[in-house]
Amino acid sequence: MTELIASILFATIVAATPIALAGLGELVTEKSGMLNLGAEGLMAVGALAAFIGAYSFGSPWLGLVFGIAAGVALSLVFALLTLGLLANHVATGLALAIFGTGFAAFAGKPYESQVLTPVAAWAIPFLSEIPFVGKALFSHQPIVYLSWLLFGVVAWLLARSRLGLILRAVGESPQNAHAIGLPVRLVRLLAIVFGGGMAGLGGAYLSVFYTPFWTEHMVAGRGWIALALVVFATWRPLRLFFGAHLFGGILVIQLFVQSSGLQIEIPSQLLTAMPYLVTIVVLVFISGNAKLIRLNSPASLGLPFRPD
Amino acid sequence: MRRLTLEPRPVASPVWGWASPVLAVVLTCLTGLLIFALLGKDPIEGFHVFFIRPVSSFWAVMELLLKATPLALCAIGLAVGFRAGIWNIGAEGQFILGAIFATAVALHFGDWPVISLLAMMIAGALGGMTWAAIPAFLRSRFNANEILVSLMLVYVAQLLVSWLVFGPWKDPMGFNFPQTVMFSDASLIPTLIEGQRLNLAFLMMLGSLVIAHVLMNHSRLGFSMRTSGQAPLAALYAGFSNRQSIYMGLLAGGACAGFAGMAEVAGPMGQLTDKLSLGYGFAAIIVAFVGRLHALGILLASLVMALFYVGGEQAQQYLNLPSAMSRVFQGMLLFFLLATDLLVNYRLVLRPSVRS
Repeated sequence: MTELIASILFATIVAATPIALAGLGELVTEKSGMLNLGAEGLMAVGALAAFIGAYSFGSPWLGLVFGIAAGVALSLVFALLTLGLLANHVATGLALAIFGTGFAAFAGKPYESQVLTPVAAWAIPFLSEIPFVGKALFSHQPIVYLSWLLFGVVAWLLARSRLGLILRAVGESPQNAHAIGLPVRLVRLLAIVFGGGMAGLGGAYLSVFYTPFWTEHMVAGRGWIALALVVFATWRPLRLFFGAHLFGGILVIQLFVQSSGLQIEIPSQLLTAMPYLVTIVVLVFISGNAKLIRLNSPASLGLPFRPD
Repeated sequence: MRRLTLEPRPVASPVWGWASPVLAVVLTCLTGLLIFALLGKDPIEGFHVFFIRPVSSFWAVMELLLKATPLALCAIGLAVGFRAGIWNIGAEGQFILGAIFATAVALHFGDWPVISLLAMMIAGALGGMTWAAIPAFLRSRFNANEILVSLMLVYVAQLLVSWLVFGPWKDPMGFNFPQTVMFSDASLIPTLIEGQRLNLAFLMMLGSLVIAHVLMNHSRLGFSMRTSGQAPLAALYAGFSNRQSIYMGLLAGGACAGFAGMAEVAGPMGQLTDKLSLGYGFAAIIVAFVGRLHALGILLASLVMALFYVGGEQAQQYLNLPSAMSRVFQGMLLFFLLATDLLVNYRLVLRPSVRS
């Protein structure tokens, strides 16, 4: 039994990581007032580019770089349209999602049946030898630890640093931030690029570390779930981290039930639908509290801004 | 030194309002040529296969109109919501539910001439509305974001149809393929011309464009919904119901998408399978924008989008390119539209640069 729980815990962390990475990027983007709904598309191109990089050069790390670069490149299109050409954030984000998933499906066809060598786990000495939880928590692929580090750094930067203060000021009131001389558009551009890179990294994790192969539908709504998690977390990194793991847990438990061979009368499709249904429930749960959302969401979220 | 600057227009330009989608289509086609060249294909041949072939014969044009039907139907329904500021992006799921509801009728009461088909049409629209009512309820009652809820329901709908055709509705004689039995003749929409697949749904699509146009532009309901979308505070002050806008916006989208889903299973497919939609619900979002949320514009935009679909199939067949090419074109079209739309509200002017 403890072994089962430990392996569920292990798998939960693995499943949570890509959602957490993309969600953290989106959180920073939204903190600057930019609403980028294109995470699904960013993850798709990230996953494909990373796979191509890792496959062609035989290095998963180069794959990661490719994935991040692809996410950044596509998010620059979002930045150009929304910051430069004042396009509607929602429509532009949707365009990103449609284009990104379509482009990945188109460009990825030749890579569909290829498989990469799995990346070895990197057990942390001593910590991974703690009974029961040691292996589940500290015997992961390095990118998992990287995501933990990123969460710590971003949470600290947002709450405690001057950089975080500037980002929040720009997101709360771009007019006032502009008036006191802050470079509003530059800050927003950097926030968008960070979001794109993180979504690309999340996608890269899926295709290079998690599976490790590439298929057209591999992102499977994780980008959209990441967006919902940012609302669920009321724009706070540590809550987002917690939320992502809650979701990872649901993803994993339904997989465990499906593969357990238990003779249960639940259609596998219903189990597969659980993460999507839970996303809806979670959104309802958190959005019902209007005050909570209003107090925490960046005041200028989704509104265009043009300095005069 | 002179430099280009953006200057806000006092009022939005009506000329650019219509010129911008045309320019976006032209730019998409030009970029398409560039992509063909980059892929090492002859751009002229690529252009021919993608854009000329789908309109080069009577049969091809009929197929184009057949494809445009679900696109225009879904798009006009979405446009009703978009005008009210309701972002229903789950038309894909509502399309699937319409197909499922209609199939339920066809499988159980499918043999009565006329009556069966009428019942299927109603069931299809109801199916889409049922699915759309979920985000409408959750938005109006709990303020849950309708974008994310309607989108999550797309995945759920896909899994639901997959469960049905792999499970209870699977054709026992179908060699284990995930599909239902073929519908009987009484459950199929009559075709318009002997030997072509284009059917009555095309005319009904045209009818729904007219109805939606009247509803949106010449009724009190349409006015209050537009006001809710463009000036929520003014709508509140005027006493227009926000709840009504949310429900109408989503249910109109659901009804149209559900009807389109019905028309797909009772039309060209003739059965329910797990691959019934080729992303029409998502493409319809682009159709609605490119068509300026206007009935006539949506009709024209649906033809362009249908061309991309058929062109993508042709490119797969003749140029050996993945059919996902059409989705790349769709995404590019929306990108270009969003970019050229700048010219609706701003103008580019050459100004002598001011020394500061």
